[in-house]
Amino acid sequence: MKSAIKLFLVVSLLSLTACADKSSSTDINISDGEKSYIENKGSDTIVNLALAWAEAYQELHPNISLSVTGGGSGTGISALINGTTDVANASRKIKPEEIEAIQASGSDPIEYIIARDAIAIIIHRDNPIDSLTLQQISDIYSGNINNWSELGGEKRPIVRLSRETNSGTHVYFLEQVLRLGDKSNQTLFSQDTLLLPSSEVISAEIRDNPNAIGYDGLGYVTEDMKVIAVANDNEKKPVLPSIETVNNDTYPISRNLYMYTAGEPQIYIKEYLDWIQSPKAQSIVIELGFVPLEK
Amino acid sequence: MKSHSPHSWSEYAISSIIKISGYSAILFVTLIFIFLLRSGLPTLREVDFQSLFGTRWYPIEDYFGLLPLIGGTLIVTVGAAIIAIPFGIGTAIYIAEISPKMVREILKPLVEVLGGLPSVVLGFIGFLILAPYIRRILNLSTGLSALTGSLLLAAISLPTIVSIAEDALDAVPQSYRDAALALGATDWQTIWRVTLPAAKSGVVTAVMLGIGRAIGETMTVMMVTGNAAVIPRGLSALFSPARTMTATIAAEMGEVATGSVHYHILFFIGIVLFLISLFVNVIASAVIFRQKKRSERILS
Repeated sequence: MKSAIKLFLVVSLLSLTACADKSSSTDINISDGEKSYIENKGSDTIVNLALAWAEAYQELHPNISLSVTGGGSGTGISALINGTTDVANASRKIKPEEIEAIQASGSDPIEYIIARDAIAIIIHRDNPIDSLTLQQISDIYSGNINNWSELGGEKRPIVRLSRETNSGTHVYFLEQVLRLGDKSNQTLFSQDTLLLPSSEVISAEIRDNPNAIGYDGLGYVTEDMKVIAVANDNEKKPVLPSIETVNNDTYPISRNLYMYTAGEPQIYIKEYLDWIQSPKAQSIVIELGFVPLEK
Repeated sequence: MKSHSPHSWSEYAISSIIKISGYSAILFVTLIFIFLLRSGLPTLREVDFQSLFGTRWYPIEDYFGLLPLIGGTLIVTVGAAIIAIPFGIGTAIYIAEISPKMVREILKPLVEVLGGLPSVVLGFIGFLILAPYIRRILNLSTGLSALTGSLLLAAISLPTIVSIAEDALDAVPQSYRDAALALGATDWQTIWRVTLPAAKSGVVTAVMLGIGRAIGETMTVMMVTGNAAVIPRGLSALFSPARTMTATIAAEMGEVATGSVHYHILFFIGIVLFLISLFVNVIASAVIFRQKKRSERILS
């Protein structure tokens, strides 16, 4: 038995040293001309955009290879804290405790605004409702309004759909819509709100179910659902989300999208992040239904 | 002696490799359990009992009530068990006792193939096809409900139940059936009074493994049950959305900061889940144990 344990130890030590070798060799790999690797992870809202950028950028720079994964803004920033990603995508601003966690590992997070996004309020195509005020949407999601007839619609129960709590879109919606941007407001989602794991599930339910109301990034809205015009309050005119209305700030639910790095990034990562601000990269933003940065 | 040595050396090597793998399984399970306890138990210090038994689960605002999650898991699992047990045992009886050999040759591998379906595929089928149908047929406000989850979980646990129960029925000696038939019992009486009781321990194992599969399943339920953390009240809860413990862990684990209260409580949910399956298993083995003792009595 003793020698068996020894053998096991030797094997595990060997594999450990093998791992160590591997990681040190990637550190040397940074020099120019070599194949450089950028790990990009985070917000599901941004994932399609980040993928499109990565593809375009790899065509221009064949020596750079980019890996893009989703999982949610929190997931991306956790990965940045753990050092398992180079760039974190986030559809919300980094939280103070996350900044602290990154500082604990010895570097300051650096923020890049990469595009803008509007959250569209979506319903089934057959639902006659066309516009809502922010207050009405807040009342729907907090459970004060439970039937479409209270809003002048058909006599149907309202089924509230939301992204999971790990989604940046969820947090943004909670703060800006449910609590109307008021920090002291403690309104919560009604307990029977459906928390769905992905945009696909929300889209599928909105397409099928005339009772449902949901929200998602403008980039995820397709032809076969109805987008609601949103008004700040009763006096203002309801506005549909579009590139114009987001950029001139008339659409009330819009936000910046971010990328974060832990500390000053390496040259080849910096070049990528600079390229994202270029007109060519920003034109991809439009193609994917997001709103480009104003330059 | 010398000619024996290479043989005995390889014998020794093989048996120690087998020993290592045997011990390592125990080691890993122990390590996992220690890790689970270490990451989960701080919850008891950080969150007071009252909020643990609260009715609201909204961890990003420090609402840590576990009751909706436990309730969600129970209702979805019980629903799945109610569907899967009769269907599973029925199918097993049909395959083992009634079907002609030809049908049996086809059915048995088919059931096993069903068991190999990835749960995420079932989840897709669930929210794209099953949920809309359930909403229309039962006239519910949404098809993303505990019932949809139960149906899919039943489909997931069926293959386990069928193949193990069928093996158990198959292992009942033919002489039992012959004796029953010779005494004038009908086919049904033979199955219900003789074959099934004789295979009882195997059938109970099948059911417990099936339920275990259902409790632990994550991906499918996360996609189809709607994940609304509501405490089930009465039968209507089966027809409304529910949030299970596994789906909660899966949905939220990616986001939490390591070492936070939320992180600890997700592991604590893991412990609760572990205790529930332990409870199910202990009951199952107690049932089987009793059965064995009784049969031993009869034989002696």
